Amino acid sequence: MQNNVKNKSKISEVLGRLAGQQIFIPIAALLLLAIFNLIMDPSFYTVTLGHNNAGDPVLSGYLITILDYGSELAILAIGMTLVTAATGGQDISVGAAIAISGSVILRVLCGTDSRPDTLQAPIIVAFLISCVVAMLFGAFNGALVAYFKIQPMVATLILFTAGRSIAAWINNNELPIVSDKTFTYFGGFIPGIPIPTPFFIAAACMIVTALVLKFTNLRLYTQAVGINESSSRLNGLNPQFIKFLTFVILGLCVAVAGLIKVSRLSSINYSVIAKDIEMDAILAVALGGNALSGGKFNMTASILGAYVIQFLTTTLYKFNVQSDALSAYKAVVVILLVVLSAPIVREKCSALWKKIKGTHAKEVA
Amino acid sequence: MKKKVLAAIMAVVLVVGLTACGGGGKSESKETSSNDTKKESGELIKVGIINNDPNESGYRTANDKDMKEMFTKENGYDASFAYSLKNDEQITAAQKFIQDGVDYLLLSAADTAGWDSVLQDAQDAGIRVILFDRTIDADESLYEASIVSDMAQEGQTAVDWLKEQGLSEYNIIHLQGVMGSAAQQGRTGALDKAVSSDGWKLVTQQTAEWNAEKAQQIVQSVIDSGESFNVIYAENDDMAKGAVAALDKANIAHGVGKDVIIMGFDCNKWALEELLAQNWNYDGQCNPFQASYIDEIIKTIEDGGTVAEKVVIMEEKGFDATTITQEDVDTYGI
Repeated sequence: MQNNVKNKSKISEVLGRLAGQQIFIPIAALLLLAIFNLIMDPSFYTVTLGHNNAGDPVLSGYLITILDYGSELAILAIGMTLVTAATGGQDISVGAAIAISGSVILRVLCGTDSRPDTLQAPIIVAFLISCVVAMLFGAFNGALVAYFKIQPMVATLILFTAGRSIAAWINNNELPIVSDKTFTYFGGFIPGIPIPTPFFIAAACMIVTALVLKFTNLRLYTQAVGINESSSRLNGLNPQFIKFLTFVILGLCVAVAGLIKVSRLSSINYSVIAKDIEMDAILAVALGGNALSGGKFNMTASILGAYVIQFLTTTLYKFNVQSDALSAYKAVVVILLVVLSAPIVREKCSALWKKIKGTHAKEVA
Repeated sequence: MKKKVLAAIMAVVLVVGLTACGGGGKSESKETSSNDTKKESGELIKVGIINNDPNESGYRTANDKDMKEMFTKENGYDASFAYSLKNDEQITAAQKFIQDGVDYLLLSAADTAGWDSVLQDAQDAGIRVILFDRTIDADESLYEASIVSDMAQEGQTAVDWLKEQGLSEYNIIHLQGVMGSAAQQGRTGALDKAVSSDGWKLVTQQTAEWNAEKAQQIVQSVIDSGESFNVIYAENDDMAKGAVAALDKANIAHGVGKDVIIMGFDCNKWALEELLAQNWNYDGQCNPFQASYIDEIIKTIEDGGTVAEKVVIMEEKGFDATTITQEDVDTYGI
């Protein structure tokens, strides 16, 4: 009997420690969604191996869909987390920036002809050019924020408003279509590999980020600048450059996400491509339990947050929720998160937790 | 104190600005009447064209191009253009055109409301207003004509075509445009009616907001659920394209004589090419070529005639993949 109680208190201790961790929030949200789907319809988890129209093997099922469509968001979440941590603000222009970088890729691939039979340049060249362009736009945002001390949301509002027009202007208002099959690999499947390519791209980005965070001082510097700018300067850091750098890194993430987006359809629609994705990216950071006011961050939690959002979206689609109501559901999630992460609620919760533990201990005695 | 001074200065500037504007307007309107007399001796007709942003969609791009090709110096017009997706900016542009003393104001309004007073000003200044593509909530006497598409008719043509296919059962994925837009309401209305009267089944009815990515996700979700379907009714070409991308991934055959019928709207050139390749089955036209209609009306008025009908509904076609030709693609593709 006593043994049993001991075990119980151990479990509650572990739970308590986990609840204190930042990553607890996205994991709890993920579990909640997973259990909900399991109860409502276990067939949610079936994954089948089939063939696509080209005759290549592909896996399909809701889980694969989540991994597939969550990729762009996960990639953006990486950059957005860094920007949030360093500047204490968010970049709301990533959707427009994706339109620009996607437009650049198509412009380079298609040349002046909007529907070429053959590619005018290798895909890798187009991608690299789009990376440079996206990083330049990131640098523009970063310069405004870091050197001109403009609020990040206001600074990025400029590109948010103008970005899609710039994207349209790059291609002379035409809608290029790439007919080359190899271009569809990035947003679809590589022949012979049944797992969607966007997942591999996202995984590669995560590995690179993990390595960078492990072997450079990026994490330390970003957090230092986010927590206290002046004291980090006194310690020999250059806060302006760190802020600037995070925006450039976000630009790189944008270029990768843009490649996946345009590859999915081999085309682009300037006004709707990656629409409202900035809000999802910010939500992913918030879901990861990161303080939107900057400072410490947890990259894994952000990425997990991105997949939670896609999990939620896919679940809502499955239950035939009107897609224009999706944002309302996301809003509910945001409200819950904000309330739960408020210090006053946290204090109350931990007090309650101690109280329960206290009575428990008394009972045992 | 400083703020108060600033506010006072601002107020003065505003008032001066307003009176200046008012005065300008009056003198300009006089100029217009003098213009009228000059016109008979081969002067250009001044038109002010207010349109939505050409980047908005392929439809708008084609519409703007058509306008620019029609209202040229060679055709006897002196045209100025203003673009905005916002109603208040469009109204400001209209006021500027009235001051500039244009002869005709051509308007594709971003929003239906709020146009009464500015159109009244135009009428007082002797400027004739012609609406194209979109109607507004204003008295009919304020404009000469409106040239519009009948979205409900577009939907009806498409649904009639679908009925003619004589499928043994209809399981439809319905991808809607932005809810509340005229195109969405017209195209949805026709399908909804047929669904209730003919016992068709809507597997899902969702708005993808004209967005290919969203359409792809919605169709992907239906495929994942294992429900069967044989028609995709997408309210524009982009959404049909997204749907087809999802079908291709899941190896579901689509097009003429295949498992799933693909229907789109707007007649983008690339969409008509898909029809020509028999990957899609149907595409409904939404005619963006209003310029020739407007030109005809202006000519009638200039010759002293009266416009027979206030509301001109343009002819619109529906293309079937089995009968479409390369010529159709070149003529009607936008």
